[in-house]
Amino acid sequence: MPELPDYLYFLTEGFADLNTQKPMITVVDYGAGNILSVTRALEHVGATTIVTGDPKIVEQAEKLLLPGVGAFGRAMDNLSQRDLIEPIRGHAASGRPFLGVCLGMQLMLNGSEEFGGHEGLGLIPGNVVSIPRTTSHGDPHKIPHIGWNTLLQPQPGRWKNTILDGIDKTIGMYFVHSFSAAPTNETDRLADTDYNGQIISAAIQHENLTGLQCHPEKSGSVGLRVLKNFIDQ
Amino acid sequence: MSNLRLIARLDVKGSNLIKGVHLEGLRKVGNPQAYAQRYYHDGIDEIIYMDVVASLFGRNHLAEIIEHTAENVFIPITVGGGIRSRDDVKQLLRAGADKVAVNTAAILRPDLITELAEWFGSQCVVLSIEAKQQPNGRWEAYTDNGRERTGFDVVEWAVKGARLGAGEILLTSIDKEGTRKGFDVELVRAVSTAVGIPVIASGGMGEVNHLVDVVTTGHADAVAIADALHFDRLSFEAIRTGARAAGLPLLSH
Repeated sequence: MPELPDYLYFLTEGFADLNTQKPMITVVDYGAGNILSVTRALEHVGATTIVTGDPKIVEQAEKLLLPGVGAFGRAMDNLSQRDLIEPIRGHAASGRPFLGVCLGMQLMLNGSEEFGGHEGLGLIPGNVVSIPRTTSHGDPHKIPHIGWNTLLQPQPGRWKNTILDGIDKTIGMYFVHSFSAAPTNETDRLADTDYNGQIISAAIQHENLTGLQCHPEKSGSVGLRVLKNFIDQ
Repeated sequence: MSNLRLIARLDVKGSNLIKGVHLEGLRKVGNPQAYAQRYYHDGIDEIIYMDVVASLFGRNHLAEIIEHTAENVFIPITVGGGIRSRDDVKQLLRAGADKVAVNTAAILRPDLITELAEWFGSQCVVLSIEAKQQPNGRWEAYTDNGRERTGFDVVEWAVKGARLGAGEILLTSIDKEGTRKGFDVELVRAVSTAVGIPVIASGGMGEVNHLVDVVTTGHADAVAIADALHFDRLSFEAIRTGARAAGLPLLSH
């Protein structure tokens, strides 16, 4: 930067701001549990965050994150009451990066069989189904699936240029869920996980839309790497 | 077998990490956030904070501790102690907790479990059970850190809690707590084989073999470790290495 007369100094300040501008992630606030953890994790990897339930801001967001834990039906009701369903669909259709986490990922599908059936956002074709009640050998196993599990790549190279690019496959991520995604198109499966021999969906992705069943904000350094990939998209 | 979870349990009184024997005779250990941070860096799978005097005084200092912890600890945090209502839970989740553990309030009003599960999801609701063996060989559930009897049979209460919507059971043996003499393997086995939800064994960890026993014989899905870590009697690395050597499935992260 060349020397400037005092009265033009504001220009250098302006450039300084541009140079340090951080990626902005909009986190949808619709009354879902622990939003703080995900915003803290995003900030930790270099993003700034807006937590909002304002439909206009959601629709216009540069990068949108839909969080969520709890019941599918109640979450859809909350989104509906806050007039957030169409703005979220609008954002998803815009081609800008969109990430759903846990229940937020399940909401991206057409619907869920949880507690009698509910309609979802329908961003990626498929449904939310119960995790099989038994292991692949037919023995009963614990539900919810809680704990750390590794991600499996459905076919070689599938993670290239996605938020899982460069992730160490031997390291676990944290899961806690009783239901999982069943995308209609095999090509939308981004990652699976093996729960006692049952292969269940761990991540889905179609164009600008990504959904993670596991919690990147609760999965230590690997989870932070995944979030970093998202903010750099 | 799914991957074993190792959990650091931090019992808190006011703003201090403390450790008791049989959940009584409390000793001050230090700043809970600093310990949580250290365990996170060592690779622990989860953190549990328990306010051990909250239900005695009907209040809870945990929100602040969690808020600080969640700044740089990116693993699941469970919080318990004095939680009575949906509003209590909302406040703790807002502060950065992922799950809450309920004991006394659920004993007094079991429907609270269902209410919380419907509102926040089962994955958020941990039923905390303090168990003490009785002369007849069964276990009775206690509250207020082993001070108050409830008349509830532990196994029956665990089964009922799971049916009401709890997503996990944190099972603390009052008899073994702080003794370093090993877990109450029979207790853990009785509960873990009776319920379809994960069981966290707590109380008694003194050496790696204790952990191996409670997982292989007791069928614990997760193990909570407190003073063995707090007082550096066992490093997390030694626990993990020992558990792996015994063939227990443990992931790195």
